[in-house]
Amino acid sequence: MPMPQTLLHTPLHDRHVELGARMVPFAGWEMPVQYAGVIPEHRAVRMDAGVFDVSHMGELEVEGPRARELLQGALSNDLDRISVGEAQYTLLTSRDGGIVDDLIVYRVGECSYLLVVNAANRETDYAWLKEREIHGSDVRDVSEDCALLAVQGPRAIERLGLPPAPPFTYAETVLDGVEVMVNRTGYTGEDGCELLCMTEDAVRLWDAVLERGAVPCGLGARDTLRLEVCYPLHGNDIGLDTDAISAGLGWACALDKEFEGVEALRLVKADGPERRLVAFVMEDKAIPRQGMPIEGGGEVTSGSHSPMLEVGIGMGYVPVAQASPGTELTIDVRGRPRRARVVKKPIYKRED
Amino acid sequence: MAAAESYPDDLKYHEEHDWARVEGDEATLGITWFAADALGELVHFEPPEVGASVTKDQSYGEVESVKAVSDVIAPLSGEVLAVNEQVVGEPETVNDDPYGNGWLIRIRLSDAGEVDSLLDVEAYRQVLANQ
Repeated sequence: MPMPQTLLHTPLHDRHVELGARMVPFAGWEMPVQYAGVIPEHRAVRMDAGVFDVSHMGELEVEGPRARELLQGALSNDLDRISVGEAQYTLLTSRDGGIVDDLIVYRVGECSYLLVVNAANRETDYAWLKEREIHGSDVRDVSEDCALLAVQGPRAIERLGLPPAPPFTYAETVLDGVEVMVNRTGYTGEDGCELLCMTEDAVRLWDAVLERGAVPCGLGARDTLRLEVCYPLHGNDIGLDTDAISAGLGWACALDKEFEGVEALRLVKADGPERRLVAFVMEDKAIPRQGMPIEGGGEVTSGSHSPMLEVGIGMGYVPVAQASPGTELTIDVRGRPRRARVVKKPIYKRED
Repeated sequence: MAAAESYPDDLKYHEEHDWARVEGDEATLGITWFAADALGELVHFEPPEVGASVTKDQSYGEVESVKAVSDVIAPLSGEVLAVNEQVVGEPETVNDDPYGNGWLIRIRLSDAGEVDSLLDVEAYRQVLANQ
């Protein structure tokens, strides 16, 4: 991707600056990494409700009588498992089984789908699908028309005054005067939703959500929250050179249907992967970071401090022999060997 | 609770955002409010061992926040006499009280003449103004 000359701003940029956020470049955008601090924001989401501006993410519309056919051939999960009103986590895969992007597809009509994709991959995904467009399908990038707020936490739905609904469903409604699509999805492991609205309504919606008591949260907390619950981050834990089976995302791959890369994935599945993406918790005092070697041939793909467990945590690829929960790992922390232990995913789970 | 911005005038400073409180042939070392604020809440301090040597302008340890790791640069040379175990256990102490309970190590100076090369508070504020 060519480096943009100037960083893009979401419609909420001025709000972030007014709130005193620390702004950083992220995937070509200038985004808030934190307001009050990563740790208090993280805890607000685990205890109550937080709101993230994720308007940098991309939205692609795929429509037409053959939209389903186009997407069934490009995406790993089986679209026929969802009806209008439902959504699905899925992967855009390459011919050799690599992961072009991970995304959520919403079935917004019988012949109409909305894809919410990673900011860094928006252009790639659009070009990828556009290249594979067939007569009777139309792919459009509608990202600039849309703003997206993730409202997450055990009290998020209550604070928004919304009715309970199952995960991976959506509804259209009016929230404090703003037309929104309420998606029961998220990237924190908590209850909550993602609110999609028109760009021009973003400030009004943001103000309303803050008024309802959600704590503004930045990308720093978004990263620690997703890591505690072991949601992979494209570009760190998954990418073109990793496959879904090794990454533990086989559940999002319908290997009984035909899609690009399925043969490669069936082979990995049949032979068993050589390495696996595991979650681990540090036993020594240290914070693992992306790129650190794991003794035995592995590598850390995501690492941070867990605000809930108050220890270093991470994910990384290790040879299958080291992948079982309980296995002790040794991580090279800038030249110092530090012990960690493989744990069952997720790393953090609320005690009910 | 993170401390408010301050730079005590009885300390000596190093441009890499470290401070030294010199007392005879010993000194207490730490990082400035600016450094702690830039990193965010500290979650790890990797200290040197007691008895190890630290060298002026070189790293003697690491401090980490959730997002970043940073070397801690020694403003002066000497031998490590003590490590602040409170900071090892509760690294956020540095954010709460960077010049008091948030000190990092105490050293015996190997070259007291180095003190003259450090910045006074006015010179350090000038460094910050140029950031």
